[in-house]
Amino acid sequence: MNFVATMKPKRRLGRVSVPKVTLAHGGGGKAMKDLIDDVFIEAFGNDTLAPLEDQARIGLDALARHGDRLAFTTDSFVVDPLVFPGGDIGTLAVCGTVNDLAVGGAIPLYLSCAVIIEEGVEIEFLRRIARSMAATAVAAGVQIVTGDTKVVQKGACDKLFITTTGIGVIRTGIDIGADKARPGDAILVNGLLGDHGAAILGARGDMVLESSIESDCAPLHGLIAAILDAAPGTRFMRDATRGGLATVLNEVAAASQVAIEIDETATPIRLEVKAFSEILGLDPLYLANEGKIVVVVPQDEANAALAAMLGHPLGRAAALIGHVKDGDAGRVTMRTVFGGVRIVDMLVGEQLPRIC
Amino acid sequence: MKYVDEFRDRDKARVLIKEIERLLVTIDIAKQRPIAIMEVCGGHTHSIFRYGLEGMLPKEIELVHGPGCPVCVLPMGRVDDCISIAERPEVIFTTFGDAMRVPGSKKSLLTAKAEGADVRMVYSPMDALALARKHPDRDVVFFGIGFETTMPSTALTILQAERDGIANFSVFCNHITIIPTIKAVLDSPDFQIDGFLGPGHVSMVIGTEPYGFIASYYRRPLVVAGFEPLDILQSIWMVLRQVKDGRADIENQYARIVPEAGNAAALAAVSRVYELREFFEWRGLGSIDHSGVKLRDSYAQFDAERKFAIPGVKIADPKSCQCGEVLKGVIKPWQCKVFGSACTPEVPLGALMVSPEGACAAYYQYGGIKRHVGVA
Repeated sequence: MNFVATMKPKRRLGRVSVPKVTLAHGGGGKAMKDLIDDVFIEAFGNDTLAPLEDQARIGLDALARHGDRLAFTTDSFVVDPLVFPGGDIGTLAVCGTVNDLAVGGAIPLYLSCAVIIEEGVEIEFLRRIARSMAATAVAAGVQIVTGDTKVVQKGACDKLFITTTGIGVIRTGIDIGADKARPGDAILVNGLLGDHGAAILGARGDMVLESSIESDCAPLHGLIAAILDAAPGTRFMRDATRGGLATVLNEVAAASQVAIEIDETATPIRLEVKAFSEILGLDPLYLANEGKIVVVVPQDEANAALAAMLGHPLGRAAALIGHVKDGDAGRVTMRTVFGGVRIVDMLVGEQLPRIC
Repeated sequence: MKYVDEFRDRDKARVLIKEIERLLVTIDIAKQRPIAIMEVCGGHTHSIFRYGLEGMLPKEIELVHGPGCPVCVLPMGRVDDCISIAERPEVIFTTFGDAMRVPGSKKSLLTAKAEGADVRMVYSPMDALALARKHPDRDVVFFGIGFETTMPSTALTILQAERDGIANFSVFCNHITIIPTIKAVLDSPDFQIDGFLGPGHVSMVIGTEPYGFIASYYRRPLVVAGFEPLDILQSIWMVLRQVKDGRADIENQYARIVPEAGNAAALAAVSRVYELREFFEWRGLGSIDHSGVKLRDSYAQFDAERKFAIPGVKIADPKSCQCGEVLKGVIKPWQCKVFGSACTPEVPLGALMVSPEGACAAYYQYGGIKRHVGVA
């Protein structure tokens, strides 16, 4: 059943009185209503949240004030463990979708939140996740306006899956795309790469390595707005999530039919992440990020874009890491710290730690 | 000194490459053909590609990527055996990460896992033993794989299991030894290698003495090399110096890690737990005498091969696959008939396309910069 934020008067919210989710909470009756009220409406509730319509209603004129095109995206979040240093599945579910909107030049406005819950999950844990979604939504300047809950039998899902769908509006005049990179363009990132991937691997606890690495999970709409103000000619932006920096660079090189060369010495990676990766035989260029974007700008706007990034709290370690080149279309190379050149290809499957 | 960044210094690299070029001018055969140097160990292959070393070296040096990637050389029949163990309902099958993708005749461990086998990635055999303690009702099997580098840790885990009386732990032993393998390469009729970079971490265990026959009998230089890019450059320089002097010696560039006598405690654990197999099958190289080890009878209770009935079927390498010739340096990866067409990292046909340490996968993934122009 759906829960929706609309303009209706306040009503009293139901409460859940048992400690854990059971199949009854997915049954469509009072138990389900209580769960939705107690956990989700309670956390997401702005004044407009209350009655459970089947859809959120958003005025078109309010949208049109922000720009001239609607941006619409969806993403599902499954992560093990659900809570990790620097965030949890809730922060991830909001940041991921907000960032997917923002990298297209959109101002993120509304989110939906659909959850699939495995029976047996603690209600208090769900409250915690809902609260962290709510707090992240506030930070990102978006409202969670509609949603859905399902409860499935033990074993049918891994504790909690969340899907968020987002709507934003693209500012007039902004035109960003993976096919727009041109030889000579500069490539920038907004900070240290690989933190999220390393934090998740470390938090899984199935290795004896201890690390203090935290996820970089953050909503990037503010940083992106600052970049677009400083560098209106920005060609391309993408958040370097699954597959990391290497994957994004390959995507843009292929779509724009250009070559890309980055410089290993200029590519910012935390010492701990480097060491962590080397011990496990992983490559940090492929580690996931949740608060990092790759930005391609014309060379004459590179300094302005970099300055805008460095001036924003989420871009303090920003760097110009390379350039778009003529040459082998679709090929990404890296000048290594040692002075050699290597190819940075797409990952075939999942990165698997090497034996020795 | 952190023993890391110091060995990745590009200014020192430039100096060393100059020295290598200077040395090459004085070597006569280098004027007729490239000097072929084989790095035996997959870890070296990985570093060479990771840092782009091939492109930095003068063209008179040809690096041949040897048989030292234990994941790559595992034959299909053994992978089938390990899948048959992994698919038993009572088994938790534990393995190092990159062994999961190695294709058997029908599937890989990754596929078996997707089909419901309880396959778990571990970082050490001790993690597998911990799982056995945690799940006394299940049989935990560790996929023992690797050369002398990983052999001692498996042995010590078995000794620990024995001490603690853990009965639900066993090892599917596929450990292999380096010396007979190098000998097989040296004995192959199309052998054409001028010198070797010896495996650093294997040597940390076995020391440098076992390589003596390579210098004395086969008259080839071998330099035990570290894994940082400067280590590799310096080792190449050391091999070239021997070639120039007409010497064949066993030298140790990696002395900060490798004691000449090896690691006595590790060797003791190894000889206590394992004995040599009469022969072991290698993907791409065929059967090599005394190249594998198995658990001694006294540790039979920890031997998954004896605990579970395994099919033990020998499966021939695909006919079109030329891994053996690549391993011996007879052809380069991209000269193989199926390289990049029937054989890719997504669907590897041959062993060398499997692990990122395999020469073909490394070329496919990182390499190719000069190859693109068709240097053969």
